[in-house]
Amino acid sequence: MKIAVCIKRVPDTETRIKIGGDGKAIDEAGVKFVLNPYDEYAVEEALKLKEKAGSGEVAAIALGSDAAQETIRTALAMGADRGVLLKSATPSLDPLVTARALAAELEGGGFDLILFGKLAIDDYNQAVGTMVAELLGLPSVSAVSHLELADGKGTAEREVEGGVEVVEFTLPAVLTADKGLNEPRYPALKGIMAAKKKPLEVKPVAADPGGVAVLELSLPPARKEGRIVGEGPGAVPALIDALRNEAKVL
Amino acid sequence: MGAILAVLEQRAGKVRRVSLEVLTAARKLADATGTGVDAVLIGASGGGDLGTFGADRVFTVGDDRLALYQGAAYAAIVVERMKSGGYSTVVLGATTLGRDLAPRIAARLAVPLLADVTAMDHQDGLVVSRPVYSGKALYRLKVTAPACVISVRPNVFTPVESRKAGTVTAITAPTDADDPRQRTVRIKEPERAALDVSEAAVVVSGGRGLRDPASFKMLEELAAAFGNAAVGASRAVVDAGWRPHGEQVGQTGKTVSPSLYIAVGISGAIQHLAGMRTAKVIVAINKDKDAPIFKIADYGILGDLFEIVPKLTEEIKRIRAS
Ligand SMILES: Cc1cc2nc3c(=O)[nH]c(=O)nc-3n(C[C@H](O)[C@H](O)[C@H](O)COP(=O)(O)OP(=O)(O)OC[C@H]3O[C@@H](n4cnc5c(N)ncnc54)[C@H](O)[C@@H]3O)c2cc1C
Ligand SMILES: Nc1ncnc2c1ncn2[C@@H]1O[C@H](COP(=O)(O)O)[C@@H](O)[C@H]1O
Repeated sequence: MKIAVCIKRVPDTETRIKIGGDGKAIDEAGVKFVLNPYDEYAVEEALKLKEKAGSGEVAAIALGSDAAQETIRTALAMGADRGVLLKSATPSLDPLVTARALAAELEGGGFDLILFGKLAIDDYNQAVGTMVAELLGLPSVSAVSHLELADGKGTAEREVEGGVEVVEFTLPAVLTADKGLNEPRYPALKGIMAAKKKPLEVKPVAADPGGVAVLELSLPPARKEGRIVGEGPGAVPALIDALRNEAKVL
Repeated sequence: MGAILAVLEQRAGKVRRVSLEVLTAARKLADATGTGVDAVLIGASGGGDLGTFGADRVFTVGDDRLALYQGAAYAAIVVERMKSGGYSTVVLGATTLGRDLAPRIAARLAVPLLADVTAMDHQDGLVVSRPVYSGKALYRLKVTAPACVISVRPNVFTPVESRKAGTVTAITAPTDADDPRQRTVRIKEPERAALDVSEAAVVVSGGRGLRDPASFKMLEELAAAFGNAAVGASRAVVDAGWRPHGEQVGQTGKTVSPSLYIAVGISGAIQHLAGMRTAKVIVAINKDKDAPIFKIADYGILGDLFEIVPKLTEEIKRIRAS
């Protein structure tokens, strides 16, 4: 089974976000970067499927700066076989631009399955995987939290408001991984050592701003200073009063 | 700017509230730029009363095969409408359906997607705001392309009725709309037909402070007292198996923007805040005065949730009865 996983280097959620000097991007100084958490589910699923099939290949592909090599090494340490860095100094804010670059790399690769995370926790677009599927003309299911594959066919489940959609599809296909799909493994020391020797190809990608320009990146307006209305059940009337007369939500 | 096409959703023959928000947002933008708003509603029946929420014309596609969301077919219908109607902008809700459909449409039309938008206006071009980095920062982006797809975050744009009652026209799906390689075959309903956290006007969420799954009964009672509330949960209790994943609020769960969010026994970890910080009013009930949730809450009650929640439920019931 030949599987591609697209992965992104993103700031760890714990990091404090500071706005850079130009007011259009974050200040990366001191920011810890990690493999996007949803992409961990995608990598894990790829490894599990390859292990189950008994043979095959898992390729990890990232678009980003040189620093994303570290992210690819993380996927290699988990067990992916090879990595590709599509090197781009300034990735676009238009998800279609990212999708096009990834689709160009994936096209003709002979993959049975192409996996993505449901969403990147930096840009919150939740778009790139589904766009790649459309660009490649492949069936796709997004936000998959349960998957079964057999004989070139699959059944995927995705949570929707008030239920779970069950989607049947044929391979090759594109899936984006949601929490619940699996429990991602931690890279073992052996894996980390092995990852250093695995192939990682670097290919430059031409910069393309896409159809979106950044006017400003700012911190969200601070919430109005809150207050503790009181202690214990005796404070409930004060809370009700505030909700009714001040906040006017009751 | 050209006219706007709003994509609406229905469930069990009823237009979803988020679609009224989509129409309101689209109408506001159209009024600002002197253009019109048409809407498309896809589903088993053509129906749904939405004439007075600002659409000039509503196109309905009623087809039993489209009762469940079929990504490829829905995208084909919207794209066909876009092309034949000369629209410049598609607006839909950033729901689970919209999050799947929007990128399909954008890729097929080769136009940018602005996802999960919380504000939009026209200033020498379309300008939108969207939260990023788990809600810790906000982008203002300008669309430089001649057309685009926008999904708007649910519960952000308050539905406003307008006097306009749109005309309704039934249309059919393009013949090659369906993709035989994939099919949504059914929806597994949850055991309880509960309101989804991402749609509810009031969310009552519980965390590890509730101590055991049985205590969530207390929160269900509080939610029931409100009438329009859903129960949410922190990841800690979802991972522990106390609550289903569909109720999880946060970075790896759902993003909610209700008018009232009540966090009960939740510490307020950054990943939890990522999912609820855009709620209009936040209430925290926690026994630890240093819990980070109090930093973001508008109102807090310090103390034992097991004593406070029943009293709150009682008071809400009393108000609603009067
Ligand atoms: C990659 C990643 C993604 C994550 N995604 C999410 C996510 O989507 N959503 C999410 O919620 N978390 C997420 N987390 C987990 C998050 O970091 C926290 O661990 C989690 O939110 C804590 O849940 P909690 O507040 O219920 O529990 P705790 O942090 O244990 O807090 C329990 C609170 O209950 C209070 N309490 C206890 N007893 C009482 C009582 N009797 N009366 C009143 N108060 C009481 C305590 O004072 C405490 O503040 C994620 C973590 C990571 C690393
Ligand atoms: N720069 C990138 N390189 C590789 N994969 C990416 C990149 N950006 C997004 N993806 C993939 O697309 C998914 C969804 O991202 P997004 O649409 O940006 O939320 C991510 O979880 C990744 O799997």
